[in-house]
Amino acid sequence: MKPAQFTYHRPASLAEALALLRTHGSSAKSLAGGQSLGPMLNMRLARPDHLVDLNDLIELDSVRVSDDMVEIGALTRHHRVANAPELRRSLPLLSAAAASIGHYAIRQRGTIGGSLAHADPAAQLPLIAVTLGASLVIAGLQGTRNVVAADFLQSIMTVDLRDGELITALRFPLPVGGFWAFEHFSRRHGDFAIVSVALNFAQDADGKIDALRLGLGGVDTVPLRLPEIEARAQGRPADEDTIRELAAATASAIAPEDSAQVPASYRRRLAETLVIRAFQSALNREEGA
Amino acid sequence: MNAHKPEPLTLSLSVNGQTYDLQVPARKLLSDVLREDLGLTGTHVGCEHGVCGACTVLIDGRPARACLTFAAQMEGHDITTIEAVGRPDALSVLQQALHEEHGLQCGFCTPGIVMTFEHYLRENPAPTADEVRDVLSGNLCRCTGYQNIVAAVLKAAARMRGEAA
Repeated sequence: MKPAQFTYHRPASLAEALALLRTHGSSAKSLAGGQSLGPMLNMRLARPDHLVDLNDLIELDSVRVSDDMVEIGALTRHHRVANAPELRRSLPLLSAAAASIGHYAIRQRGTIGGSLAHADPAAQLPLIAVTLGASLVIAGLQGTRNVVAADFLQSIMTVDLRDGELITALRFPLPVGGFWAFEHFSRRHGDFAIVSVALNFAQDADGKIDALRLGLGGVDTVPLRLPEIEARAQGRPADEDTIRELAAATASAIAPEDSAQVPASYRRRLAETLVIRAFQSALNREEGA
Repeated sequence: MNAHKPEPLTLSLSVNGQTYDLQVPARKLLSDVLREDLGLTGTHVGCEHGVCGACTVLIDGRPARACLTFAAQMEGHDITTIEAVGRPDALSVLQQALHEEHGLQCGFCTPGIVMTFEHYLRENPAPTADEVRDVLSGNLCRCTGYQNIVAAVLKAAARMRGEAA
């Protein structure tokens, strides 16, 4: 398990990195934390002729919280996303999900931009980006463009990123409500989840659910938001009956496929259970806080 | 397919406070350079795709998989390997606790576990058993069943805090 030959590039600036990616086009891969690309290179699932190492672009390792938005540089490591106090305050759902990625040593290297670019359908950060309506800032030699996460993620490991482009940042709108939860299930601690659920909502003065955002990972080729379930929850009391009804409706709304190890029916039941758990943990946390 | 064979790179690596000048191919993993070029065979290679944790070293003080890192990336960074932790006659606090609690049997996974927790206990000096288990989940051990490793890490943490003999 050794990578095939490649030419190694270590650009010192974003401009230099973009020029290298433009020059080498589809024969180049950009290397951030390397926690997904590394195994793919070792197993020769990826065999780029050119590897462009982004790790010196430390200006992309950044967190900026403003009045209406949080901007996180693409090279920000999962460990920082999980632990930075300003992120735990402003985007606790994102921090909690980041804290569950892989393992401690993996989180020291893996990056938020890398996770989005890799686009594993079971990964945490693409799910949170879709659930919270984040957008990506993508740089090319011609300039930058913004793409919302739900459009950026096209299919399994397939994203709207052209040759010569790099993700430079993610922008998260500040969540509307203080209720949030990330629930996931995997057979071994640290594995990719079979199904994961992220939710965020507010409660109005009467304790009714307001502005629910509900996202599911592992049930399709990309993380899904479920607008019909969100609409159904609007104005309903956050009680046991409502939660069970929304969970059952979620299980009916998704169409997972059978895979070698996991039948679709199991994913559907898991989704139902995890939606219930997510509501419960969101409500319990808020009461305790 | 790769039509060309790139020339080896000339690198200067800082490992355990020592500077090494060497020539290695760009594709050579840090784990292999440590073992084959520098003779630092305490870093073990298990799965070679980041799952088992045996090759964990510190990069600029933080744990990382040496098998998911190219040596070429490490110029300008400080690498610490198990060779820099303790000595046979003067074990580190964590190594001593692993010894006392029987936290290892064959020892293959131990260097990765020591490197991971040498850093983690600095970051979190008073972990719960659950937190230790969460971090330990990144290092596979096929001998111990993990219980004794958890006990050893908690004991080492208590000693480092000055709370246990």
